[in-house]
Amino acid sequence: MIGDYTLVEFSSILAMQGFAGLILFSVFVLMALGLAIIFGQMGVINMAHGEFMILGAYVTWLCSHFVTAYVPALFPIYFFIAMALAFLASGALGMLVEWAMIRHLYKRPLDTLLATWGLSLILQQLYRSVFGAREVGVSLPDWMMGSIALTDIIEVPINGIFVMVLTMLISLGVFILMFRSAWGRRVRAVVQNRAMAGAVGINTKKVDRVTFGLGCGVAGVAGSAFTMIGSTGPTAGQLYIVDTFLVVVFGGAASLIGTIASAFTISQAQSTMEFFMSGSMAKVLTLLTVVGILMLRPEGLFTLKMRR
Amino acid sequence: MSDDTPRKSPIATRRQVLAGISALPFMGMLGGKVNAADYPTAEVNTTGLAVTDDKVTVGILHSVTGTMAISETGSVQAEKLAIKQINDMGGVLGRQIDFIQEDGASDWPTFAEKAKKLLVQDKVASVMGCWTSASRKAVLPVFEQYNGMLYYPTFYEGLEESPNVIYTGQEATQQIIAGIDWVAQNKGAKSFYLLGSDYIWPRTSNKIARKHIDKLGLEVVGEEYYPLGHTQFNSVINKIKLRKPDVIYAIVVGGSNVAFYKQLKAAGIDMTKEKPLLLTISVTEDEILGIGGENIVGAYACMKYFQSLPNDNNAEFVKAFKEMWGDEIVIGDVTQAAYLGPWLWKMAVEKAGSFDIDKVREASPGIEFTKAPEGYVRIHENHHLWSKTRVGHALDDGQYEVVFETEDLVEPDPFPEGYQ
Repeated sequence: MIGDYTLVEFSSILAMQGFAGLILFSVFVLMALGLAIIFGQMGVINMAHGEFMILGAYVTWLCSHFVTAYVPALFPIYFFIAMALAFLASGALGMLVEWAMIRHLYKRPLDTLLATWGLSLILQQLYRSVFGAREVGVSLPDWMMGSIALTDIIEVPINGIFVMVLTMLISLGVFILMFRSAWGRRVRAVVQNRAMAGAVGINTKKVDRVTFGLGCGVAGVAGSAFTMIGSTGPTAGQLYIVDTFLVVVFGGAASLIGTIASAFTISQAQSTMEFFMSGSMAKVLTLLTVVGILMLRPEGLFTLKMRR
Repeated sequence: MSDDTPRKSPIATRRQVLAGISALPFMGMLGGKVNAADYPTAEVNTTGLAVTDDKVTVGILHSVTGTMAISETGSVQAEKLAIKQINDMGGVLGRQIDFIQEDGASDWPTFAEKAKKLLVQDKVASVMGCWTSASRKAVLPVFEQYNGMLYYPTFYEGLEESPNVIYTGQEATQQIIAGIDWVAQNKGAKSFYLLGSDYIWPRTSNKIARKHIDKLGLEVVGEEYYPLGHTQFNSVINKIKLRKPDVIYAIVVGGSNVAFYKQLKAAGIDMTKEKPLLLTISVTEDEILGIGGENIVGAYACMKYFQSLPNDNNAEFVKAFKEMWGDEIVIGDVTQAAYLGPWLWKMAVEKAGSFDIDKVREASPGIEFTKAPEGYVRIHENHHLWSKTRVGHALDDGQYEVVFETEDLVEPDPFPEGYQ
């Protein structure tokens, strides 16, 4: 390949390609984090994860409309408000769903798969009825679009940087919450031994509800952020669900570090291969590799040692 | 279902009636006022279709739920508008059109099942429907077995010619060749990067495009396909930057579209500079709603209809469409093609003097629709339409400005040489 290009061109492309991989990595982590919390910590297979993301996207869309109509001065920074609202909306819906549906199914984890899949269909049709079947366009403040030109060829998309920073902040937040706070300790206790955790006085029901809400809330923020790079429509959540599960399962369901490691592996592999072959082939090869590794390590990349 | 309910106010209804009445004089062109009594039901309907002395029933078969509802909503709206206008003008052979709407639910077996229901149980006289090629392929055996008539609105890959389908959208060669000629002649394009979603329509279209590019002695520097629903295009954008083509020829569809154009813009490719120029055949005004006008401004699209098309037919059509479905609505290429369906059927029935499918089929070739929003169309022997091809330039308000149209009607050629 290098034959036709100058060294400068080639190294620039290499740099941009590396950056494209990093953006993909951030996107994967952001979308998988919410699911990792719910699937990994609670064992609930949440097929409606994508729909919780899209709720966040719709909240962002509503926000952009509201702000343009009533307080245009806030437009440049509305996105931050929108993300906070997306977190609250998706989190609240998550807690409602946990109360109405999921809590009855903790003893039957496989049934959660069916129940949440049904939920995803219901939510899709609900979005379609409320917001219309057509996709909606979320308008973004100018400073978030466009790119920073480092050299003639190397251009770094601003929304890419935004997603990366956001991912880092949220991951950091989740880590502090899970591993450095009293609440996180309770969550982990419940995961390891529900009966015993209850016996020492932990309100396991409340822990479950808040954990599920947190996972959904993070999904909402992800959905809000993805309005920058993707579409917002009733079924757009379906675009993310396969990759999300892939990342979480490959990483080892119970491990948040595993999720991040797996997002990194898959994103780098995919974006490198996409450069050297066609998109569809790259996807096929990525999936094959993942299947191969899962055959050797059925528990995923990282596993927690625990007593069952 | 907010999208499906017409926003009816008493005033709008009165206006619609007035519009109907104002159209009355023009009926002279279409064969004069027809009395149902002149066409006894026993004579115009010898095969047991749902035709009575004052009513004829047709079917509408689109997805109003599921993934495809995004695209098919516009078609349903256009078909309902056409049926209403025809009814306001006195109907078909003096009979008012009644429609039964079925939901294909974006699921191909469901399409086949509903098609069978419409033909066998409801005995509809024709069906306006389908959007994806997959749904058309699914209903095709049903239409051929029970001898129904389908009016199919979408631009598609060609390679098909059924006696039971009238294709009101463009087949691939009609849409592609004129566009490539235009960029080659007017923009001095020498090299092309072909890009598409990974299924039959983009692949066949790119095959036709590549062949034509070769014929012109120009160069294809890359050809790529991404799975449907793909949302990360940074790698391919880098490849495009590296190969520096004159034209990005994009046939990306669905949710991927939004991701592709947003990321293209974010990566610093300013389409208004036309370096490279972007030419697409898959982005109508409908898709721009989701993409956002500011993200695609400067791109070129090649199809047969744009909402901004400057002619009187279209002005009337856009006005009537907005009165029925609201001011916010946009009208894309397929929506217009769907609008043609009921009209072409009405004219075929009146030419045949019968609702019988066989007679309608026989009468169809040669039928001209001079009031088509796109200007003028004529049905070819191969059941596709003669129509003009146009190039539109995307503006930041989500509309296209028409910058080119072919001088003559382009002949439909569903089986181009070398693809059988």
